[in-house]
Amino acid sequence: MSIILAIFLGLVILILAFAAIYHKNIKVAIIASGAVGLFASVLYLLLAAPDVALTEASIGSGLSTIIFFYVLNKIRQSND
Amino acid sequence: MIKKGILLLLLAGFVVVISNLIINFSGSSELNPLARYYAENGPTEVGAANLVTAVVVTYRGFDTLGEVTILFIAAAIVGFFLKILNSNNNRTSSLRKPSEILETASTLLVPTIFMLGTYIFINGHLTPGGGFQGGAVIATGVMMIILARPTSEFNHKLLSILEAISGIGFVLMGVLGLILASGFLNNAFLPLGKLGNILSAGAIPIIYVFIGIKVGSELTSILNSLKENQNEV
Repeated sequence: MSIILAIFLGLVILILAFAAIYHKNIKVAIIASGAVGLFASVLYLLLAAPDVALTEASIGSGLSTIIFFYVLNKIRQSND
Repeated sequence: MIKKGILLLLLAGFVVVISNLIINFSGSSELNPLARYYAENGPTEVGAANLVTAVVVTYRGFDTLGEVTILFIAAAIVGFFLKILNSNNNRTSSLRKPSEILETASTLLVPTIFMLGTYIFINGHLTPGGGFQGGAVIATGVMMIILARPTSEFNHKLLSILEAISGIGFVLMGVLGLILASGFLNNAFLPLGKLGNILSAGAIPIIYVFIGIKVGSELTSILNSLKENQNEV
């Protein structure tokens, strides 16, 4: 059961990662990269690495997303 | 054309090498000698119920010190390039009001998140997680404060003092281990206690509290300097 869930999560991560790279709208791409972190943390938990999952959930999906948004806003301001 | 051909050749080479690795891969049926040493002697030598913590803080404690240093340098560079100006250039008017749901939920969630982060780093030697994870969770709570109340201000002095004290404390614990026990960051200069108790594993809980505060204040100061810099161009 858990291997099926792991494969499913891996596919979702792949799709989201492609969205993060190729999506035209940068905001959507940033959200997709945050979601990659979120699903990756669930995958780490399934693969018996709860320590890594905690880090990934807070840094990968929380902090790095908001830092990307701040930087995006900053870049837009300096382009105007 | 030639460029593409070389690229294809390279790709084919990668496929050959990597497929070779995958086909011939067989998981090892037993732990390698180093891992077996950790698993057998960790509980008696270090006394931490969470073996990952035993490796991260004592056996490989020097690497953790390096990690914390890298984070410190990153925070310092962010702080250097995004100097915080004390001009309140009417940020309040330009900011959109956060949603009611987020504002209300944050009052409930932020203390809970802080408590979870503190729990994670205090229980780092017993349950999964540790100083780094706890500090990151606390910084996530700070992120929520920023999202829900964008005008809130943080005390820079307090953040830098916390960071400095916890950094010095971490290194001091390492030096104490060097003087009183067998080596740098050895935790055995305090009584090891009973495996699984909250007051066990020697100096690990103290080191993890220091690391947690350090990581939390560093990530908070990174977020804070990014936040304060949004409106001045």
